[in-house]
Amino acid sequence: MSPRVTFPNKILPYLLLAPQLAITLVFFYWPASQALYQSMLREDPFGLKTKFVWFQNFAKVLNDPNYLNSLKVTVVFSASTAIIAMGMALILAVMADRVVRGRGIYRTLLIWPYAVAPAIAGMLWLFMFNPTMGSFAYMLRATGYNWDPLLNGNQAMVLLVSAAAWKQISYNFLFFVAGLQAIPKSLIEAAAIDGAGPNKRFWTIVFPLLAPTTFFLLVINTVYAFFDTFGIVHAVTGGGPGKATETLVYKVYSDGFVNLILGDSAAQSVILMVIVIALTAVQFRYVERRVHYG
Amino acid sequence: MRVPTLLSIATALTALPLMSGSAFAVTEISWWHAMTGANNEVVETLSKEFNESQSEYKVTPVFKGTYPETLNAGIAAFRAKQPPHIIQVFDVGTGVMMAAEGAVKPVAEILSMGGATFDKSQYLPGIVAYYSKPDGTMLSFPYNSSSPILYYNKDIFAKAGLDAENPPKTWPEVFEAARKIKTSGAAACGLTSTWLTWIGLENFSAWNNLQYATHENGLASTDVELKINAEPFVKHFQNLADLAKEGVFRYGGRTSEAKQLFLSQECAIMTESSGGLGDVIKSGIKYGLGQLPYYPDLQGAPQNTIPGGASLWVFGGKSDEEYKGVAAFFAFLSKTEIQSRLHQKSGYLPVTMAAYNATKESGFYKENPGREIPITQMMGKEPTENSRGVRLVNLPQVRDIENEEFEKMLAGEQTAQQALDNAVKRGNEAIQQAIGN
Repeated sequence: MSPRVTFPNKILPYLLLAPQLAITLVFFYWPASQALYQSMLREDPFGLKTKFVWFQNFAKVLNDPNYLNSLKVTVVFSASTAIIAMGMALILAVMADRVVRGRGIYRTLLIWPYAVAPAIAGMLWLFMFNPTMGSFAYMLRATGYNWDPLLNGNQAMVLLVSAAAWKQISYNFLFFVAGLQAIPKSLIEAAAIDGAGPNKRFWTIVFPLLAPTTFFLLVINTVYAFFDTFGIVHAVTGGGPGKATETLVYKVYSDGFVNLILGDSAAQSVILMVIVIALTAVQFRYVERRVHYG
Repeated sequence: MRVPTLLSIATALTALPLMSGSAFAVTEISWWHAMTGANNEVVETLSKEFNESQSEYKVTPVFKGTYPETLNAGIAAFRAKQPPHIIQVFDVGTGVMMAAEGAVKPVAEILSMGGATFDKSQYLPGIVAYYSKPDGTMLSFPYNSSSPILYYNKDIFAKAGLDAENPPKTWPEVFEAARKIKTSGAAACGLTSTWLTWIGLENFSAWNNLQYATHENGLASTDVELKINAEPFVKHFQNLADLAKEGVFRYGGRTSEAKQLFLSQECAIMTESSGGLGDVIKSGIKYGLGQLPYYPDLQGAPQNTIPGGASLWVFGGKSDEEYKGVAAFFAFLSKTEIQSRLHQKSGYLPVTMAAYNATKESGFYKENPGREIPITQMMGKEPTENSRGVRLVNLPQVRDIENEEFEKMLAGEQTAQQALDNAVKRGNEAIQQAIGN
């Protein structure tokens, strides 16, 4: 047990906490309470006529087949993005770890995409693969493949996932490299002496010891795919074709800021807030226990 | 949430220059707009010229993003009680603004505050009618108006053995030409269109004298029902869906993205706004212009097209002095030389009769055949109940619904009948919700 730090002054601890509390209040609790209030209102865009409707907006949103569709879209999108981004990053990290010459150069280059803003990443992929102007899209079509993410929902999803995962690979790479470096060389050498091949060494020693990093990244990547990819969706597909790529966050935006139905939009963001809280709680309470921290 | 926070910051930032401006003796007029590129330069030049022409008022243009973003910024600013004086709102936002009677001040009122009597007959009737209340009060000032026309690539037409000087006039002729272009190998795609909703539904119904929605397409009442699953609409879109299946028609996107397909010479024929002419000229393609196609078997077709583009709205709650400044600025914008210049440079329509006549007399249309098409299309005939315009309180949302159904149709997941039936059903539900039922 470390000795307990005590403050003789009764007010000082509160003063020290005050800045952080103020920031949390102003930037989280206040907007969150506003969203909650707005979610029970039905009003015109200009706020000239307002009606308090209790939980009607929630009932409407949850009964809306389009909402359930965007929930499905979000799950597919987030799972694919997280798996691809982490899988690719792990492969690259293990490869980079084995490189002897020019290790620094590889690492630096692999980290670059992380500095790209989501909307810019989306634009990059759009310029490459948009069927009306993309150079890669022309090549694909020239081979006879009917590449048309403007009308084909699955292709649009593939394009989105690629852009979102590509951007996140660098971040994951960075953490995997650090995780790999923390694994004692002696363990691996001992296994090698015992006759374990590179594959076996990876799955029995490296991968389990990377578990804390992997778990951390799983949380980060899920949250990223859920909430931080608005810019990519906005730039690449705008939720289309049909509603094939309309994620939950994008639907909040399009209902609130394009269709100007503020009550529905607020109700959806409150539901999203509940989802984040639940997701984080579950992950840390149940999943984390199973992870062995070395 | 991320988005609302950004928006409120943006609102707060733009409010800053307003506050600092009040320190000067000149009355400052803020103008929020959505013009980019060459059109943004026009906004800047106009403001500068106006400010230099007198010393009482100063117009400050502020770029607020895309059309929907500008509208949202205006709404957010109004809710925060710091609206700009003038805001540019796109055609589909017209219904949204009109429903907000307590928030806006009719332009007709403001123009008469400027001292001069407001004479509506000076303005192009088709355009003014679109931005007026049913009783004739002009609510907003038409700034940039456009009308959809047919663009075609003369080189590809010649290659396909088509008459490059006489573009097809009716839809059956267009489809035939498009098929010939594809089968002859003159181009990879025969036909494309920007804005399937604005051109393919709203203007399609006006031009062919068909009903888009009940109550004069929403001009007479907000409680309307869509009528776009009638037989002529279904026939037209089934034709497009069939062409898409054959690879003759290519879809480019919900707004003006399809223009790229024409500029890259992949598609030979395109229906697009007259406001898109600037980019076509710049590309150096040997292009030709034609009227928007119609169906010859429909009675009264071609009727007239309805304007797109945007108009300037004035928010309520400002001082008389400020409104006088707005009136002076609008009077400046209405000047014949300004309007003629705007029209000839941008492909947008002139707002006043005087500017139209001056352009005509200058011989501009003789030198630039085709540039008069959007105006004659709009003014050729006295508008009917079907062709005065389309106004829904939530037209942006209804357009999204229509686009979603079209995309499923063009992907081959449903027929035109199913797509339009779904669009009507979902659209009607959304309208009922928007008007509070």
